[in-house]
Amino acid sequence: MSAKTITADEAVQFYDLDEHAHPEGHSTMLGFWIYLMSDCLIFAILFACYAVLGGSYAAGPAPKDLFDLKLIALNTAMLLFSSITYGFAVLQMQQGRVKGVQLWLAVTGLFGLAFLGIELYEFHHLIEIGAGPQRSAFLSSFFTLVGTHGLHVTFGIVWLVTLMVQLSKHGLIAANKRRVMCLSMFWHFLDVVWIGVFTFVYLMGVLR
Amino acid sequence: MSADPHAQHGHNEIEMPHASMRDYVIGFVLSVILTAIPFWLVMTMPLSAGATGAIIMGFAVVQIVVHMIFFLHMTPKAEGGWSLTSLVFTVIVVGIMLAGSLWVMHHLNTNMMPMPHEPTSQVL
Repeated sequence: MSAKTITADEAVQFYDLDEHAHPEGHSTMLGFWIYLMSDCLIFAILFACYAVLGGSYAAGPAPKDLFDLKLIALNTAMLLFSSITYGFAVLQMQQGRVKGVQLWLAVTGLFGLAFLGIELYEFHHLIEIGAGPQRSAFLSSFFTLVGTHGLHVTFGIVWLVTLMVQLSKHGLIAANKRRVMCLSMFWHFLDVVWIGVFTFVYLMGVLR
Repeated sequence: MSADPHAQHGHNEIEMPHASMRDYVIGFVLSVILTAIPFWLVMTMPLSAGATGAIIMGFAVVQIVVHMIFFLHMTPKAEGGWSLTSLVFTVIVVGIMLAGSLWVMHHLNTNMMPMPHEPTSQVL
């Protein structure tokens, strides 16, 4: 609240009619956060689907027969490493080192690609042995949930490459800093979703 | 809120969360621990399935909070509190949706006539 006291000869103002400076992108961070929350709802729906359909095997293979936890642990490690390397990129940005940001973004991208490669290998293997998405309701919901996460990671990598090009062209301008912070939120958010996936789908699936 | 609400519009710098090496390292170490224990529990099965399930779900919730604080830099004050408000709203909606779906579909499944070719144990 304004602590200004109104003197007698000053007209009382009920409305704020002055134009204020709105620096470009000043609400981008909050807007992007709200986008992430809506993305969270998409994943929540897919998790709910999996929770309902995850036990309907149609006399087909169950999670226990399909999931290789060593592979999933490796995959989880890739995503965790990519999270901290993205953190290093943000720290380099705060120190104004554009080369350092580029380097750590590249490392993050490589970990992301490794994650995707392992996931695609797993999907390929499952489809190969006849456990494709059309086999049972469990597998349909599994491929939809995990595939949607993988698609997000794919677009995250596309964004990452775009950002590296923008950084090399324009350097650490305010817009690029904002973009680095938004992708940071996106990337760490995907890691949060993956916690749900490896716990609920893979670990609980093997327990079931 | 500052004494003069117009003061914050004056400068051109955009408010961004400040990250520190300490935050990222703490977050990473906690995440590794909170990931490794569930995997170890499920791969070696020292406990019963029910206890393991409850423990790994608990670990997942803690790890999500760790990520929110140390990687996403969530604080009650971020963006004037609107980040946290929208997060709380989303968590409530997600909770209603997940619990409601499971509840409704569980009852739907148990009230269905068992299909002749499907053993009842496979009906969720």
